Amino acid sequence: MHGLIIKAIQSFVCANYGRQTWVDSTTAAGLEFADFEAMLTYDVEIYPRVLGALCCKLDRPRSDVLEDLGTYLLSHPNMEGLRRLLRFGGVTYVEFLQSLDDLSDRVRLAVSDLILPQLELQELSQSDFRLHCHSGLEGYPSVMTGVLRAMADDYGSLVFLSQEATQGPIEVLKITLVESAFAKGRNFELGAHSHDR
Amino acid sequence: MIARAALARLMDTLCPMYLLVDQNGNIQEVGPTLQKLRPDMPMVGRAFLDLFKLVRPRDVTTVPSLLATPGARLHLKFHDDPQTALRGLIAPLPNDAGAVINLSFGISILDAVRDYSLTSADFSGTDLAIELLYLVEAKSAAMEASRSLNLRLQGAMLAAEEQAYSDALTGLKNRRAMDHILGHLVSMNSTFALMHLDLDFFKSVNDRLGHAAGDFVLQQAARIMLEETRDDDSVFRIGGDEFILVFKGLQDRRKIETIANRLIERLCEPLQFQGHSCKISASIGIALSTQFDAPDPAGVVNAADLALY
Repeated sequence: MHGLIIKAIQSFVCANYGRQTWVDSTTAAGLEFADFEAMLTYDVEIYPRVLGALCCKLDRPRSDVLEDLGTYLLSHPNMEGLRRLLRFGGVTYVEFLQSLDDLSDRVRLAVSDLILPQLELQELSQSDFRLHCHSGLEGYPSVMTGVLRAMADDYGSLVFLSQEATQGPIEVLKITLVESAFAKGRNFELGAHSHDR
Repeated sequence: MIARAALARLMDTLCPMYLLVDQNGNIQEVGPTLQKLRPDMPMVGRAFLDLFKLVRPRDVTTVPSLLATPGARLHLKFHDDPQTALRGLIAPLPNDAGAVINLSFGISILDAVRDYSLTSADFSGTDLAIELLYLVEAKSAAMEASRSLNLRLQGAMLAAEEQAYSDALTGLKNRRAMDHILGHLVSMNSTFALMHLDLDFFKSVNDRLGHAAGDFVLQQAARIMLEETRDDDSVFRIGGDEFILVFKGLQDRRKIETIANRLIERLCEPLQFQGHSCKISASIGIALSTQFDAPDPAGVVNAADLALY
């Protein structure tokens, strides 16, 4: 399990619920440490254990917690860098959706040992899409739901998202684009990074 | 032959940083992205070499001679600021109708997107510029994460090393540190004097007044040894009441004997611990690296050992 994944959860919990909640969760999961390193690898067992303990502590279903994690990753000021990386995917929300086919490859280009499940976008019409999430990371479709929601806000688009009940290893997210220019989205400049610093 | 206007429309889409110049180097058409770099200065009608400074090839100074080297890679920049390094390729048109010069940013793209507020729409769909920008940001973020991890690991390593080389009770260096330092001195052919110091009556203090008193005595003895040596010298605790002192560069036996006598004199002064007087003493054996034709650490330590008894 890549440290970036657990570190993302740690960062999300500390920012939204406070560090104590995180420390309690790792303790409840039977870990002797609470701080994860983004660039180290951890036992694959740790992810479900920590996640289980966290949901128990927060008393919320796993899918809700993970969806919030996805939203956090793209909308919290801590995570501006990640938002920018995803915005490189396209100029419009639809282009961004189309770029998701390449997301796992893009991720590997940046961090070669971070393997995320394959995504595949099916375009049913100009406003109806189905995103197929392949297996490989428990709860990934829920995280993606949060990501898609946050990115819709970022582009100023109005979307409806729902997870289809499916059987088999591939989970499906239904995306309905109600209006692509619903609100003024957040600014994105290709070269804004060095200005921000 | 395709008409100029049609060619221009085609080029606008395929390579939005092109120029169409006539045989004399006057600009006839310009791609939208290239024009965006100088919004207040229409390029059409201007002379190519008035706008751009040719960096390479160096020996070419006129457009006709440039047209005579088709396929040449051009390195150029603007005459005015921001100069923005550009790369180019020149392709002459048939029938002496001038040439197409296609430009790109090359490595200057990172500054260019910022300086000119370029967007994805300014690059052709097949241009890898956006991917390059993505990669630079993604790799920088990953590198930064690795770098901060390295710093933390380095700090932890230094602390562990410090711990591995020192004696927790007295703060003196330990036997492992001694092996390391003696090995270094020998390999550098440095001369040094070595003292083996045993505390006498330490055991009786320990037995009579307890371990706390014993620890106190050891700490005081360590302090005295540090006070009586120079910064360049090293003091090691290598056993319960055994110490090694190494004096770098010292080879005068009389000098080292003076130091030894002063150490014994001070260590014999009674120490007060919780109202009790603790009296210890010390025995010292001395060896000089210059005693040996080819000194080795174990040999010098052994010689000091023998001198002790």
